[in-house]
Amino acid sequence: MSPPSIETHELTKRFGKFTALDGLTLRLEGTKCVGFLGPNGAGKTTTLKLLTDMIFPSRGGCEINGISVQEDRKRALSAAGVLIESPEIYPSLTPQEALEMVADLRGVPPAERPERIRTVLSEVKMLEWAHQRVGRFSKGMKQRINIASALVHDPEVVILDEPSTGLDPRGMAEVRSIVRDLKRSQRLIFMSSHILSEVVDVCDEVALVDKGKLLFYDTLENVTTRFADGHGTVDVAFARPVALESVRPAIAGIPNVKDCTQLDPKRLRVRFEGGPDGQGRLLEALVGLHLGVIGVSESESALEEIYLRQISRGD
Amino acid sequence: MATARAGLAAVPDSLAQVGKLARYQLREYLRSRRFLALVAIIGAIGAILTGLLGYYRPSALLGGGLAFYSDLWGGVTVVIVLAAVFFGGDAIAGEFQNKTGYFLMGLPVRRTTVYVGKFLAAFLASVAMVLLFLAIVVGNGVFYLRAAALPWQLGVSLVLAIVYLAAVLGATFLFSSLFKTSAYGFVLTAILFLFGFTILQELVTDLVGIEPWMVISYAASTITNVFGSGVNWGLAGQSSTVTEFRTTTTTWTAGIAEGVVIMIAYLVVTAAVGLWRFEREEFT
Ligand SMILES: Nc1ncnc2c1ncn2[C@@H]1O[C@H](COP(=O)(O)OP(=O)(O)O)[C@@H](O)[C@H]1O
Ligand SMILES: [Mg+2]
Repeated sequence: MSPPSIETHELTKRFGKFTALDGLTLRLEGTKCVGFLGPNGAGKTTTLKLLTDMIFPSRGGCEINGISVQEDRKRALSAAGVLIESPEIYPSLTPQEALEMVADLRGVPPAERPERIRTVLSEVKMLEWAHQRVGRFSKGMKQRINIASALVHDPEVVILDEPSTGLDPRGMAEVRSIVRDLKRSQRLIFMSSHILSEVVDVCDEVALVDKGKLLFYDTLENVTTRFADGHGTVDVAFARPVALESVRPAIAGIPNVKDCTQLDPKRLRVRFEGGPDGQGRLLEALVGLHLGVIGVSESESALEEIYLRQISRGD
Repeated sequence: MATARAGLAAVPDSLAQVGKLARYQLREYLRSRRFLALVAIIGAIGAILTGLLGYYRPSALLGGGLAFYSDLWGGVTVVIVLAAVFFGGDAIAGEFQNKTGYFLMGLPVRRTTVYVGKFLAAFLASVAMVLLFLAIVVGNGVFYLRAAALPWQLGVSLVLAIVYLAAVLGATFLFSSLFKTSAYGFVLTAILFLFGFTILQELVTDLVGIEPWMVISYAASTITNVFGSGVNWGLAGQSSTVTEFRTTTTTWTAGIAEGVVIMIAYLVVTAAVGLWRFEREEFT
């Protein structure tokens, strides 16, 4: 069987004179998690609505698993689990009933339904609410049920539009962990988000959009190196608190190091150049200094910088 | 977890999905406050009828079975419009307005499936209301006329009423899908079917002076025409002319078959336009 795929060709959507999405051509294939990153109003929801035939393209088209969404929404969506724009479930339904309805309409065999419903409800931590009416639920609880209903048929392709919006910080963390768990089974996940750290946290690849245009699509690693202009930033953690003044001369002495700042008593941020090779040499030298380094991580703010730089370019 | 994916199990064919959707939607109606409200309204109408009959004992009605049924049962057209408004008025618009449509549209279902499934559910819920009204009328009939035998005309009239219901719902769904705001569906249906078409029918008859065959209230009059003497079963209406004080008035009586054809034509046209429209509707 061919790997799961999502494809868009010159996908364009105009609302009146305003172009919300401009010629998006994207091919996602294989089992992985792709983050669809962009600031508010970038065109993410528009894209995902086009992908699920909720709205129609002004130009171009898209396919899920090679089946045209525009020509045959039913077949194209059969392999997909979809959560777009925090939908409302009929308020008189309980989560159990809502999921039964979805499973029934999707053709999940009756014998498998109870088990699947239990599984997804416990995945979203709503098992104890299975028999309460959805109408009284909070926004976050509804969103969990929406996520559960996108997964109840164990889909091969998962399309999620900002799944963690409307949730409290703990809920957001839980959603991220759900998405990470989803990656363990063989699926293609396409998840939009305006939060860089969320994408970094759960995705393998990222497609960056802004003002309706795709800026790039690549793996997270490549993005970091490609757009850092040869510069990189790492956060260095120490076993014991360190004084910047005492270690700075040693660190600044390492070739390629540009700059060194203190983040907190036990962590420093080091900017360097020379790309991955430079980073390698930096790490070796750091360890060689015997300063009590216990960990080095690529700092998020490097990506943050890239993100901000990319999306402000069009201004 | 490389187990077989349930999602890849065959999605039911669209006809089966229509049935499933209709069933879930019907359950939704049965649980709704609207359903209870309508039962209460029809119950109240029934109670008032019974009370009036019991108090005044109108001899014109209580004398013979046909007049009784024609008058009381004639009220079914109001019940039908109420049911259409209650169950169909926001059936489509509500999916947009309440954002429940995003839930359904993420599923592998055709738009037509959603439309037809919801129509069927609204139709069945409305039929329940018509049957409730029928029970009230028959109950009164059996009580006041002291005759357990029901006229056969009532059966024919029930069938006509159900065809009329389908036509009214067709129009209601059309309004509901033309406007994404629920209020339009409610208001247009109520205004058109409670007064609009009757006024139009008068205008066509009196001013234009032709048979108002194109107006649905004319077709719906077969629901009571069937109780008259010398029923016209045909496909053409009959006119009768009365001259009083030098003014000649022509009245038209629709044939039963003619009424059925007109009502079905309304259903077909409104459903076709409504479906066409919903297929192009965007969930923005
Ligand atoms: N129905 C609509 N009519 C007009 N403009 C719209 C509509 N939907 C979205 N837009 C505009 O299109 C742009 C992209 O919107 P959207 O895809 O929702 O962004 P995102 O999901 O990335 O935040 C925004 O500027 C938004 O105002
Ligand atoms: Mg959005």
